[in-house]
This record gives sequence, structure tokens and C-alpha cells, in this order.
Amino acid sequence: MADEIVLLSTWPSMFGMRVGVALAEKGLKYEYREEDLRNKSPLLLNMNPVHKKIPVLIHNGKPISESMIIVEYIDGVWNHKSPLLPTDPYQRAQARFWADYVDKKLYDIGKKIIWSTKEDDHETGKKEFIECLKLLERELGDKPYFGGENFGFVDVSLVTFSCWFHTYESYGNFSIETECPKLIAWAKRCLEKESVSSSLADPHKIHDYAWGVRKRLGIE
Amino acid sequence: MGEEVKLFRTWSSPFALRIVWALKIKGIEYETVFEDLSNKSPLLLQYNPVHKKVPILVHNGRPIAESLVILEYIDETWKQGPLLPKDPYERAMARFWAKFGDDKVLTSIWSVFIKQGKEQEEALVATMENLKFLEEEMKGKKFFGGERIGYVDLALGCLANLISIFEEIVGLKIVDEEKLPLFYSWMQNFAEAPIIRDNWPPRDKMIVKFQALLDAAIASSSSS
Repeated sequence: MADEIVLLSTWPSMFGMRVGVALAEKGLKYEYREEDLRNKSPLLLNMNPVHKKIPVLIHNGKPISESMIIVEYIDGVWNHKSPLLPTDPYQRAQARFWADYVDKKLYDIGKKIIWSTKEDDHETGKKEFIECLKLLERELGDKPYFGGENFGFVDVSLVTFSCWFHTYESYGNFSIETECPKLIAWAKRCLEKESVSSSLADPHKIHDYAWGVRKRLGIE
Repeated sequence: MGEEVKLFRTWSSPFALRIVWALKIKGIEYETVFEDLSNKSPLLLQYNPVHKKVPILVHNGRPIAESLVILEYIDETWKQGPLLPKDPYERAMARFWAKFGDDKVLTSIWSVFIKQGKEQEEALVATMENLKFLEEEMKGKKFFGGERIGYVDLALGCLANLISIFEEIVGLKIVDEEKLPLFYSWMQNFAEAPIIRDNWPPRDKMIVKFQALLDAAIASSSSS
């Protein structure tokens, strides 16, 4: 019996893209459904009544929410190919720690750069964002991927932010490549993978999208 | 084989309690290192340079931080008394509810405690909405883990103690037995379960501590 996999997401969401990358890594076929967050589908509200957010993965009718929980689920079910988490418990703990760090810090801090109207917030946001990226760059070290020799869990958690880098740079007026060259090199290395390049949105389209939202919010 | 397990914690941290419970449920011997967060030890800063927080588990010299990450590490390293279910879907659901607890439930309950006036009213409404989801999840179960205490129970467990402490200090009912009968029962069952009941921090100390936090919050909001 074939698995039925549906992904509810929005095209600019770096969280939704993580699930796309994981599904692609495992070579899985699925149906993608674009949600309009200003007009959420009954399916989305039914499948994620708690948060009413994307992404939601629906596997044989059963929903899973929260992007890294979905990624870990995919890794656990389809464990025959491209493991994203290592087998050693300590390495797994480190991977979960860093994915949690990306989740706790990068999105909320990054929001201040793109969406904040207060100059103070904007400046502290930019400073904190660069600090986070530098910390992540130090964690990467000389490894080709956060997962070591192979693309893994932490790589999935962070790489989808890379298509938003151009937007952060533009509104923050800074260059990530200048601040964190190794991280940019890592992102380019990841983009050489079909699973990543086919799942990430075009950075210019993301920028246009952000511009459109800012205009709608009256801050452009 | 010599296993060296150390837990860096404070006497009151609800996140550290999760780890105390997990270690004791699994019968793992460990050493406690109490930290004073106003004067963090060099070891704490060395073991958790990123967040500089407790709890930190140090196993044979290797540190792990973030309480839910530590719980999973413990469960994967010591297989007796499993905390997470085996089935991948059930595991995903357990992780979901633990994250919901941290992101939404704890946050809204804290707001009920620390805020005043309209903000407190709004926090109470949010808390009720959040707890209703947990109430639903408890249907047909004694614990979130089923018959036995599991990962979600440990993740949410501090609420079984904190809620009554907050209710006492603030003089507000947060969990009404009539409106949330299953969640209310869970709070009683969990609080009185073996191991759990022996490891609550001293209630009188907790009341003093949280009263002081509330007094400070009120003072700073009225002076601004």
C-alpha cells in the first residue's frame, strides 16, 4: 500500500521548506498544498487545531505539526535512506540542541530586522542576528555540514533560512558573507544538493514577498 | 563500568525537576551540583556557554543542555522505564505536547501570575484555551503517557505544583475542577505519584520565592 503524504505549507516559509527538504532527502513523493494564511483552509484548521499554523504533514490521514518534529518523524519512519540524525545518543543530543537554538533565536531575532518599525529594535535585532550566525559558524567549524561528513538535522533546520538571507541583508543593511563567510560557503554547498535546491524559494522572490508584506503593513 | 552522571540545577528550577524525575524513575545514580544563578560557576559557563542556564546533565564529562533534549538523551541512553513511546507517530505527538507545554501553557500561566488587570484577564482566557487542549488529550488516560508516567507528564509536571502555588499567592483559581476535571485529576495523580511526590521543592520556600518575584514585578510596573 502506497503512503499518502500531504504537506500543507506556504511557499515563503522557511519552516515549511524544512519539511520539503526532509521529504526530498528521503526520495518521497507527496502532495503539496499551498495555504493562504489570511484564509486558512478547513483542512489546516482541522489538522492543526492547536496552533492553526503551517507546516503540517499529513501521513496516511494523520497530522503532525511543528517543523523539526515533522523532520524527526520523517527521519524515524523512513530510516532506510539518508539518515538526518546520527545514531549515537550524545551526537543526537547535540543535533537537537543546535536545531533548538536555530528555532529559539534566528526567526524571532530576524523578524526585528525585516518587520520592526522601531530603530532600536532594528539595530539590536541586526546585532543579535549576526551574533547568532557567528555562533553557528563557530559550531560548524571546518566540517562540510553541521552533521559532519553528511547533511543532517541541524543543516535542515538552518539551510532554509539561507533563501531569506538576501532579505535580512537588504533590510538590515549588512552582508552576511562579510560577517560569516564560512556559513555562506556552507549554504552554497547545501544548495548543490538537489533536495535543497528544489525545496528552497528563490531569494529574490522572498525579497519581493517581504516588500509586499511591509507595504501592506504600511512600513515600506 | 563507572558511569559519572552530574546534574547542574537550582533548588527551584521546574526544568531541572524534569531531569531529577527522569533520573530517579530510571534508577540512575547521579550527583547534584546546585548553582546560584546570580553567581554562575565557571563549570556552568563552560558546560553551557550558549545559554548559560540550568539544567545541564554531564555524563562521563560530556555536557547536554536544554531540558527536553536532556530527557531524550536520558531515554536513549538508559533503556529501562522508557519515557517516550516506540511508535514514531506517538513519539511525534509526545514531542508536540511537550513543546506546546513550554511554548504556550507555561507562558500563559506565568502571565496569569505575573501580570495585572486586563493583561491578567487575557492571560486567563489564553490559559483556559490551552488547558482545554490538554483536557482533550487526557481522555481515557490516567497520565499523558497512558498507564505510566511518560515524557509529556515530565514535561508538564511542574504545573501540578506551580499552579496551586500561583493560585495561593494571587488568589485566583486557574484550574477549576468542574471545568477541567481530567486535567485537575492528572495534577493530583502526578503530584502524588511515587518518586514525584518525594521530589517537590519545599512549598514554603517556593511561596516566598514567587511572592518576591511578583512583588518585584508589581513594583517595577508601577514605577515605570
